[in-house]
Amino acid sequence: MSTSATAHHDAHHDEHHDTGRNTTLGFWIYLMTDCILFASFFATYAVLFMNTAGGVSGKDIFDLNLIAGGTAALLLSSITFGFAMISAYKKSKGGTLLWLFVTFLFGAAFIGIELYEFNHLIHAGHGPSSSAFLTAFFSLVGLHGLHVTAGLIWITVLFIDVAKRGLQDRTVTRLGCLSLFWHFLDVIWICVFSFVYLMGAM
Amino acid sequence: MNLLGKLSWDSIPHDPIVLTTLAFVAVGGAALFVFMTLAKKWGWLWREWLTSVDHKRLGIMYIILAFVMLIRGFADAIMMRTQLALSTNGGEGYLPPHHYDQIFTAHGVIMIIFMAMPFMIGLMNIILPLQIGARDVAFPFLNNLSFWLAVAGALLVNISLGLGEFAMTGWVAYPPLSGLEFSPGVGVDYYIWALQISGIGTTLTGVNFLVTVLKMRAPGMKLMDMPIFTWTCTWANVLIVASFPILTAALAMLTLDRYLDFHFFTNDLGGNSMMYINLFWAWGHPEVYILVLPAFGIFSEIVSTFTGKRLFGYKSMVYASGAISILGFIVWLHHFFTMGSSANVNAFFGIMTMIIAIPTGVKLFNWLFTMYKGRVRLEVPMLWTLGFMVLFSIGGMTGVLLAVPGADYVLHNSLFLIAHFHNTIIAGAVFGYLAGFTFWFPKAMGFHLDPKYGKISFWCWSIGFLLAFMPLYVLGFLGMTRRLNSTDNPDWNIWLYIAAVGAFVIAIGIASQLIQLFVGFKNKDKNLDKTGDPWNGHTLEWSLASPPQFYNFAKLPKVEDLDAFTDMKEKGTAYQRHESYEPIHMPSNTNAGPIMGLLSTALGFALVWHIWWLAGASFIGLIVAFICRAYASNTDYYVQPDEVARIENEHLDNVAKG
Amino acid sequence: MSQHDHDAHSHGSVGSYVIGFVLSVILTVIPFWAVMTSAFDRATLFAVIVVTAVVQIFVHLKYFLHLNFTKEGKIDTLSFIFTAIVIVMVVALSVWIIYESVLMMMY
Repeated sequence: MSTSATAHHDAHHDEHHDTGRNTTLGFWIYLMTDCILFASFFATYAVLFMNTAGGVSGKDIFDLNLIAGGTAALLLSSITFGFAMISAYKKSKGGTLLWLFVTFLFGAAFIGIELYEFNHLIHAGHGPSSSAFLTAFFSLVGLHGLHVTAGLIWITVLFIDVAKRGLQDRTVTRLGCLSLFWHFLDVIWICVFSFVYLMGAM
Repeated sequence: MNLLGKLSWDSIPHDPIVLTTLAFVAVGGAALFVFMTLAKKWGWLWREWLTSVDHKRLGIMYIILAFVMLIRGFADAIMMRTQLALSTNGGEGYLPPHHYDQIFTAHGVIMIIFMAMPFMIGLMNIILPLQIGARDVAFPFLNNLSFWLAVAGALLVNISLGLGEFAMTGWVAYPPLSGLEFSPGVGVDYYIWALQISGIGTTLTGVNFLVTVLKMRAPGMKLMDMPIFTWTCTWANVLIVASFPILTAALAMLTLDRYLDFHFFTNDLGGNSMMYINLFWAWGHPEVYILVLPAFGIFSEIVSTFTGKRLFGYKSMVYASGAISILGFIVWLHHFFTMGSSANVNAFFGIMTMIIAIPTGVKLFNWLFTMYKGRVRLEVPMLWTLGFMVLFSIGGMTGVLLAVPGADYVLHNSLFLIAHFHNTIIAGAVFGYLAGFTFWFPKAMGFHLDPKYGKISFWCWSIGFLLAFMPLYVLGFLGMTRRLNSTDNPDWNIWLYIAAVGAFVIAIGIASQLIQLFVGFKNKDKNLDKTGDPWNGHTLEWSLASPPQFYNFAKLPKVEDLDAFTDMKEKGTAYQRHESYEPIHMPSNTNAGPIMGLLSTALGFALVWHIWWLAGASFIGLIVAFICRAYASNTDYYVQPDEVARIENEHLDNVAKG
Repeated sequence: MSQHDHDAHSHGSVGSYVIGFVLSVILTVIPFWAVMTSAFDRATLFAVIVVTAVVQIFVHLKYFLHLNFTKEGKIDTLSFIFTAIVIVMVVALSVWIIYESVLMMMY
């Protein structure tokens, strides 16, 4: 790199770093709004979960082995995303791509398990239209699933980005936001498996 | 499969009133189109305004949207008042229930979501970045997108006038009435998607301005140095971020009930419609503070400017706003005391509601003490402020009355309630926005509004307001409930007639508002604001030219005092010429915002009419447009120092002449 | 260079991620095990689920989301705390309102 190009790069670095901080903070505040969105669905679930309309309750339909599997996939994806971020900050392109890929696989596994569960329930006649309990259950868990799916799409986009252009500042900032998103979904999932599945299966 | 979903020729209403309106809109639209084409202004409009990421231009467009929707919403209002004046004493009137119900629903939705919110966000857009010494907001593209999402929502509401129908549920759209069983038409769907799309835009605005305030203040400006309007907007943004997701959730659930046969709020299979009411007001109550807090900020700025004094009790004002914001989250049940929760629940929320009057009272005393021994200049903005202080107090006191659950059982859903909330929203929020509009108009546009018509407007609004709403308090006590389209109680006649007269007086007020704009434009050259500081202002926006340069600040100001500009004027550091300038980094205009707004409108429209292919296509289009924008390359540019110097010197020469 | 140190601090290291992961696994396994084997009576199970969930949320916030009270990170933490307060108010009050109203209707 020529000297002038380096100087140019440094001059811009500060500014981009600043916008990076703005982006991360903005994304974090967006996540707070998402938190409240989930809270509304949790509150609704808390209000409706007893209203089974004579149909099945949580105890009848929750398969904890399946949920344990999904939870394991999501937890593993958390630490692998952590490793992806560490690689990204070290500017290791290969490491970032590898760990992003692994994270994607675990996330996809989680979604696979969820789809299997939903499909199974619907075919057994326990679809979301059957009772207020099932409505609230499918919506809350499905909302989390939708978020994970969005996360998977986002991982794909950033995977291509990193593969094509390497780890520019902008890309690392975006990976940082995605990392917040991904770990935030973990926190939501803790609430889901504790308050929906475990308490429902008690 | 039908390519147009449920849409057909029969969807166009055959009502003569609607058809006349449509004809007028069509003629007006065609005239505008021809004018723009002949003047070759389309390219200019698109490049300079619609795609603009400049917060000042977006603010102006928000306010134009607000004015258009004010007229639309007011047309609904005057139809309701005339209908009731004609149909009292057992008459039929001219509006059948089917039409009347849509009108009161549309009136509420439009006035809250598409008039008050854009007005407030517009003023915040123009002023907030200037007050904190920033060159733009944190995310300029997002700001543009938020605006277009608001427009998308407004478009959907207006399309419902000519295609299909609007909701007939009242602006709260409580299920089970708004469920599929009792509202099988497309009205509630229009309601849902209009609110959902614009609500997401509002959430993004909240995020955007919070980051702006937290990260982009001028060097030296601490949080407790921020001007009071910025502070009240910040609290409003905190409330937006914390409450709008609840609306999103409630509407999403109603959508699932209507579209996919879910059972959140249905009567059968265990649904609980009370949960919708609960969630709606958990958003709805903070929403009224979102509307009124920035108005309080505007009054504070005006009182301080037009008495030539520092605001009394700045810190207590900030904390009072904070207290209102937090308390605003634990009072929402007072909107449905009569739903029938237990006495303990009602007592808790009743007491909390009364407590919230305390910080509001603190504010009122602060304004009074600011004026005390001051030299009050009775300009138009100050008139609005004084009018507010008198009229809003009435609204506040009737609010405390309604906070008593026992009294509320008598007055709930009576016209007393209608009078109360118009008293707070018109005399509180709308007076505030109109005050801010005249106050900051020279800043945003570079010339003054016509003060004569400004004063006429104020007096018509105030007197019209009293005539239109004081009778409603009486009618509430006499037992008249809301949302009636005809009555036959002779005792009510006189009050309904007075209220109708009041509506027409307000109409003159709105007309004067437009005339003052028109006269202002006509006499523009005589009323130019050359110094940029027409009112002897205290805060940084007045240190700039009117209208401000597109980059706002040539050099970021160093802030050392709460009233930063007063401080600069006293120290003689205002209007400084600089030897040299640095290149200024600016965001470029973008097509992505209007395109995504258009796609959102298409998405909403397709979902209303069950046109699934269009819904899918526009949804995918939205995602693709967003990703394209995320990887667009030419999103910013630099303004070169010599150009900055040229613009700055021109302005400073003007100031020196003035 | 100080920039780089700061990065390492607020973005976590392999070590901190592993600690967070191990703690999360433990805090996940305990409630799953307790419920799946019905190890305790209902009240205790309930308490175990709530306590492990809350602790695990804190673990995630610290080790994965890197919330902290440094000058840079304070605002993130404060906004989370504010959100948490709003959520507690909205969820708790909503549940209270609806449960009481259901009682009044004497289902």
